[in-house]
Amino acid sequence: MKEFDYRRALDVSGALALLDADPDARFLGGGTNLVDLMKAGVERPARLVDVRELPLAGVESTADGGLRIGATATNSDLAAHPDVRRRYPALAQAVLAGASGQLRNMATVGGNLLQRTRCGYFADVTKPCNKRVPGSGCPAVGGEHRNHAVLGASEHCVAVHPSDMGVALTAFDAVVSYETADGPGELPIADLYLPVGDTPHRETALPPGALITGVTLPPAPTAANSRYRKVRERASYAFAIGSIAAALDVRDGVVRDARLAFGAVASRPWRARAAERVLTGAPADAGTFAAAADAELAAAKPLPHNGYKVTLMRNLVVAVLTELAEEATR
Amino acid sequence: MTTTTTGGATFKGAVGSAHTRVEGRDKVTGAARYAGEIPFARLAHGWFVLSTVARGRVRSVEDGPVLGMPGVVAVLHHANAPRVDTDYVGLLGTAPDPTAAVFQHDRVPHAGWPVALVVADTSEQAREAAEALVVHYEQEPHDVTFAAEHPDAYPLDSHGPAVAEKGDLESELAASAVVVDAEYTTPEEHHNPMEPHAATARWDGGRLEVVDSNQGTMWVAGELANLFSLDPASVRVRSEHVGGGFGSKGVRAHQVAAVMAATVLRRPVRVVMTRRQMFSLAGYRSPTRQRLRLGADAGGRLRALEHRSLSLTSTVHEFIETAAGPARTMYDADAHHTANRVVRLDVPTPTWMRAPGEAPGSFALESAFDELAERCGLDPIELRARNEPALGPVSGLPFSGRNLLACFREGARRFGWADRDPRPGVRRDGRWLLGTGTAAASFPAGAAPSTAAVTAEADGTFTVRINAADIGTGARTALTLVAADALETAPERVRVRIGDSDFGPAFIAGGSMGTRSWAWAVTAAAEELLERLTPGAAIPPEGITVRSDTTEAVGALARKERHSFGAQFAEVAVDPATGEVRVRRMLGIFAAGRIVNPLTARGQFVGGMTWGISMALHEEAVRDHATGGHYGADLAGYHVAAHADVPSVEADWIEDPDPDDPVGIKGIGEIGIVGAAAAIANAVWHATGVRHRHLPIRPDRVLTAGAPSA
Repeated sequence: MKEFDYRRALDVSGALALLDADPDARFLGGGTNLVDLMKAGVERPARLVDVRELPLAGVESTADGGLRIGATATNSDLAAHPDVRRRYPALAQAVLAGASGQLRNMATVGGNLLQRTRCGYFADVTKPCNKRVPGSGCPAVGGEHRNHAVLGASEHCVAVHPSDMGVALTAFDAVVSYETADGPGELPIADLYLPVGDTPHRETALPPGALITGVTLPPAPTAANSRYRKVRERASYAFAIGSIAAALDVRDGVVRDARLAFGAVASRPWRARAAERVLTGAPADAGTFAAAADAELAAAKPLPHNGYKVTLMRNLVVAVLTELAEEATR
Repeated sequence: MTTTTTGGATFKGAVGSAHTRVEGRDKVTGAARYAGEIPFARLAHGWFVLSTVARGRVRSVEDGPVLGMPGVVAVLHHANAPRVDTDYVGLLGTAPDPTAAVFQHDRVPHAGWPVALVVADTSEQAREAAEALVVHYEQEPHDVTFAAEHPDAYPLDSHGPAVAEKGDLESELAASAVVVDAEYTTPEEHHNPMEPHAATARWDGGRLEVVDSNQGTMWVAGELANLFSLDPASVRVRSEHVGGGFGSKGVRAHQVAAVMAATVLRRPVRVVMTRRQMFSLAGYRSPTRQRLRLGADAGGRLRALEHRSLSLTSTVHEFIETAAGPARTMYDADAHHTANRVVRLDVPTPTWMRAPGEAPGSFALESAFDELAERCGLDPIELRARNEPALGPVSGLPFSGRNLLACFREGARRFGWADRDPRPGVRRDGRWLLGTGTAAASFPAGAAPSTAAVTAEADGTFTVRINAADIGTGARTALTLVAADALETAPERVRVRIGDSDFGPAFIAGGSMGTRSWAWAVTAAAEELLERLTPGAAIPPEGITVRSDTTEAVGALARKERHSFGAQFAEVAVDPATGEVRVRRMLGIFAAGRIVNPLTARGQFVGGMTWGISMALHEEAVRDHATGGHYGADLAGYHVAAHADVPSVEADWIEDPDPDDPVGIKGIGEIGIVGAAAAIANAVWHATGVRHRHLPIRPDRVLTAGAPSA
């Protein structure tokens, strides 16, 4: 394989300096995705800047009742954190639904957000892929796309974002903090991922050379009654074919607040705002939940072999919201 | 268990009692070395370059720039590689698969065909150069579509005839009170042993020596001697530890390419396949399309049985997946038609994969039997009892033993089958629908000629040399127990050496015949040695050695229907809202001859049943029709069951010693997977009321299958 330079950074400014906004350099977190892509020849960096030793591994409450998660916190530590489990249970469940124990011990929060799609065409350098080689085409549209996008995709790319954690963070309005050589910045997670359009190779709105330093969750009392449900082709160690992060606040049989995000249906974790609008103020019953799902999925554009995802997501919305509503009134 | 007394020492029978693997400590501590990790001085590393087109010709291999890259010492391809001879018939009675005879011409018959080998001082250098090598092709249109009625499909004989027919099928179907007519499909499946294929070749004092990971060193040595026109005595192949084979580890491109490079470079060369390369170089199980037509009278007795199977092979070599074969053993009917056909496509050549024929064939046959039971209003076990044949349905030969119904009886008792409500779709546990299913299993039991040498050492221990292969089965340990009993000594006093072609001819680890064939030879040599030893007499320093050859004894076996049998049971949970299917428990009861080592035997059965879970729910290689290559050719894209998918899996057996085998063995390597997928599919029907005739039973299939049919 291609020889590369490996450097370990001890502080944020050092990491930025080592990367030097070089397009052939990559930050290395847990390496659970990047190293695989290097083996497959998809990524061929000249330099790796290891950021796993940066002092950014903390998970702590903010003054307003939110949560600040450091970028190098491991998935395992995040999922085990008592505040996460109590106040954002769907986030802990989402993290634990991903990968395996060994991988979660290595993987970091920042890396998880920036992991690449597991589309089999993207991972195979012998095949075309607009995300890997812009302009080469998207064979998934007319080929294998059973686990590809039904929402927000384009003819140029129908790959899905693989993160479970990102789905829960999206439901809870996470804000991503980053540093660049020119100073710090912030992006709401909804704005972190760019629309696919005709530039699927441009995945995030981060400036060149930016280093994610952390994720902030605003206070969200509704999140305490939340759930993540992941559907996959085997019971463990597989990416979702459809997933949902949901939170529900029900009082007197009426939905006061709802948070809903979908995984494995789009190029990014998909916030279901149309569904949330239907839910808010409506009776907490199966009819409302189905109407909410239909409102969100009206925009779905399934391909010949992934139409089942529309059925799956509709069923998941109804099932998970019904569970949450029952628990809220118990 | 028997206790005998010999020469004053107490001897307790070892066969039948549980023993941990004799090499277990070496394996778990890392002391056991596998083929890809044994060091050699001046070792060079070869890396395959595989074709990116599915059909055409290699116009040019631009090796010039690559030869200037760091560490690169050679680039072998069709224009410069040594020539090999493929005009011979190998140990297993077939011509070599041309996929192994690499770099002999410019034709590309499938995607992932080896077009070059880059050799360098390190594996990393070889890989980098291989990925940089530019190959130009003349591309031709390819056909990789495995359609139900391909005009070019044709019947192909293998171990049995392609077509076997008795009776008038159409009139018996017309006269039947109940008919099942359905198509079942199974996908392309891959062996994916944990240890990838790896070989190191070197010339040592005029002999070719290959350290390899394979299922039979004599087999591979013989193929290499033929291919390179060498005296068989000048080829030595060793394969001490093997991390799984399942049918894929015979002669393959990596050994041949390593020998070519070692010959050209005059230094040791190692070639290891990557997981992705294995998808096109290591063989696989063909997809199948199977049509079943069963006709029965109102009482469930079969009047008509038709099983037609279509599989595929490459354009360069014939291999057929004989999925219609099991019906010739399992059930009789007045009209009994079975046919195996094949179609040649621009794909790699498939090969034997655990329970070839029986694994996909039993899925269709045993699913159709469940459908017939449903339509007849009969319990599925009762339906099988009513169709138990007295003689081989096609051969007319007697069975050497057929304990199928005894397996069902014991399995039904332990599984709690008597309490089963036959109605589908009526059991619920929260969001899950629950169901149970059963299926029969069978696999041929055979033996093949082998030789063995047993030495009584001067220190009172014994050394057994037999060219067996332990591909993870526990064969080495089983042979230790067999030898100890034959020598009337303790297993600790017996050393078994295997995996070296210099030990002489012996059968491969394949066809569920390895341990039986080897045990026969070991027993014969050991018994003769015991007769020769004079109690109390000193043994000379070089020991006393007796050799055996079972060719005559094996050849004298009377023609009979010889098989192992089994009954599979499964309970599943299905979430109709998400399409998820999870197995909750499985039970397999087998009648598979005398069990030598219950510990490793249970591992074999449970391993096969677990593979059945994968076959039923997960495994599927996906072909990209545009490129003709695979989509997701790695273990992230090709799913096998994870631990969380494997719940309580229990395997046990009934007394079933083979009367014609010196040890009573039948062979247990493959039957564990047979029928397992059908039992799970039948349980999915029982849970949901919906039949799933296409594997794997994925969530999207469950979701789109819709409501139960009336």
